[in-house]
Amino acid sequence: MLKDKDRIFTNLYGQAGVDLASSKKRGIWDKTASLVKKGRATIVEEIKASGLRGRGGAGFPTGLKWSFMPEHSTLPSYLVVNADESEPGTCKDRDMIRFDPHRLLEGCLLSAAGMGAHHVYIYIRGEFVREAEVLQSAIEEAYAAGLLGKNAAKSGYDLDLYLHRGAGAYICGEETALLESLEGKKGQPRLKPPFPATCGLYGCPTTVNNVETIAVVPTILRRGAAWFSSFGRDKNHGTKVFCISGHVNKPCTVEESMSIPLKDLIEQHAGGVRGGWQNLLAVIPGGSSVPLIPRTLCETALMDYSSLQELNSGLGTGGVIVMDRSTDIVRAIARIAHFYKHESCGQCTPCREGTGWMWRVLERMAEGRAEVAEIELLLQVSKQVEGHTICALGDAAAWPIQGLIRHFRGEIVKRIEGRRLAEQPPIAAQ
Amino acid sequence: MPSAAPAAAPSAAERFSFRGAFAERAKKEIAKYPEGRGQSAVLALLDLAQRQNTRTNCVTDAAVETIASMLSMPRMRLEEIASFYTMIHRKPVGKYHLQCCQTTPCMLRGGDRIQRCIEETLGIRNTETTADGRFTLSQVECLGACANAPVVQINDDMFEDLTCEDMERLLAQMKKGEASKGMPKGMPKGMPKEVLKPGSQCGRRGAEPREA
Repeated sequence: MLKDKDRIFTNLYGQAGVDLASSKKRGIWDKTASLVKKGRATIVEEIKASGLRGRGGAGFPTGLKWSFMPEHSTLPSYLVVNADESEPGTCKDRDMIRFDPHRLLEGCLLSAAGMGAHHVYIYIRGEFVREAEVLQSAIEEAYAAGLLGKNAAKSGYDLDLYLHRGAGAYICGEETALLESLEGKKGQPRLKPPFPATCGLYGCPTTVNNVETIAVVPTILRRGAAWFSSFGRDKNHGTKVFCISGHVNKPCTVEESMSIPLKDLIEQHAGGVRGGWQNLLAVIPGGSSVPLIPRTLCETALMDYSSLQELNSGLGTGGVIVMDRSTDIVRAIARIAHFYKHESCGQCTPCREGTGWMWRVLERMAEGRAEVAEIELLLQVSKQVEGHTICALGDAAAWPIQGLIRHFRGEIVKRIEGRRLAEQPPIAAQ
Repeated sequence: MPSAAPAAAPSAAERFSFRGAFAERAKKEIAKYPEGRGQSAVLALLDLAQRQNTRTNCVTDAAVETIASMLSMPRMRLEEIASFYTMIHRKPVGKYHLQCCQTTPCMLRGGDRIQRCIEETLGIRNTETTADGRFTLSQVECLGACANAPVVQINDDMFEDLTCEDMERLLAQMKKGEASKGMPKGMPKGMPKEVLKPGSQCGRRGAEPREA
């Protein structure tokens, strides 16, 4: 179990105040100037050495991403923080923002200094109205205290930071859709390349990072890359905030070491599966986009990128959705399919048409109103959506369905046959 | 054949402009973006217009017209944006907008029962508004509070860890609260604290594991 002294998010549950004075008591904004003065190259090297990978779902190495920002550019550079948290099962950024906003703001200054950006936009999802209010007052406090703006925190570095509210669109969590939305357009993803580091917000060099990624930066720089990388296995370093929802006795968000066994995470922090471990049916380990894993695989799964990838799933955002044996698993995945149908931006045909088609078939399958041969057809269609769209929403829509068929094909067949038998006219006894 | 009559200029009553605190906020929002990039504030302005319209809580045609000219954007772009983002309403919404999350994490914790409770108590279905125009029910996708499921967002506030009894109590309080106090005027479209207490309904502060 992660020791309290090794926690980065020391106010994840709102035990203490969120104002500047309380935040300073938690060590935030402590000698920030000296960290900024380490200079751009040192900051990037430190983050690279820490092994930090993006916490928004894709897991791209953060230091490497920052190093793509041009050294000398005639255009302004931007850091955009992705606080458009909407992945079903994920509620970590919300708690960081509403209970520890200054940690994020300090992270913005240090990260911006690491990539040579002097302008930051935090894009927060529209539904987080109260969270945006908390963050906005923290921003105003930080400006008033000279921690943002010209010569931020007396570091000699200028930083302007603004909060931008979204208005309800999951797809805006995709980095290029987010940039489109930030420019005042519909949030439809852009083709890559060019990548944002060369052509991002307003055509300028831009890096988009998740809230958690940015918020852990100050602690890494204070305690050192070696400390951060002492947690988790090779290529899976650091601590991570997990969200555990669904059929557990005590749903919660919790910071833990990477590579913690899934079973320990559920039993030690979330009070165990409702009705005991044997009552577990399946877990979606990384937010709705990743394929589920059945109980047998949950026994050995470690909560990191590599282990879950080996199990044909993924760590994603670290949103763990637990389902016990009372769950109608076909309906649970059909509901996720409905989510992607609703959130498809409509730009690419395979996704726009495919998400709706897959959802309709799954709804029928949940009721057994289908042919057994359609299971194979559904799998084929999901493979035609996967990898054939501009952004990863197509993949995200396909994977949960592939996971369902991989592990619960028998359940779908049982339902189809059950319905067929029930509808058969009774045979007269002659 | 008579030619089509030219569209009448909107009368003074139909024209829209940001007033008072809303005008201040609109100006501040545009100032967040670099020179010539004011269009970035379009979502903020649409949201403000919607909040200023306390009668129907939606963006009127006149507001679209005004924002389009403020930001030098074609009207059609605004219509596109308004239809793309779920929080921008072009049709009237009740004073209390009940947004009931039904995505899988909430579904697993009984989100469907909460929605049924709202439907039965108010006699409306998804997307409908009560005859008195006070309550609108929307089934929504993940609200991002999954460790506190099931969740309903009412206007600006999240109501978490709900049971059917909680929901019935909240609905009764809203009916009563509005009759006695009226909705708060001004920028935040939230609840007066004495009427409804937002957040976890079982006493959690955040998403900490609940005490047994």
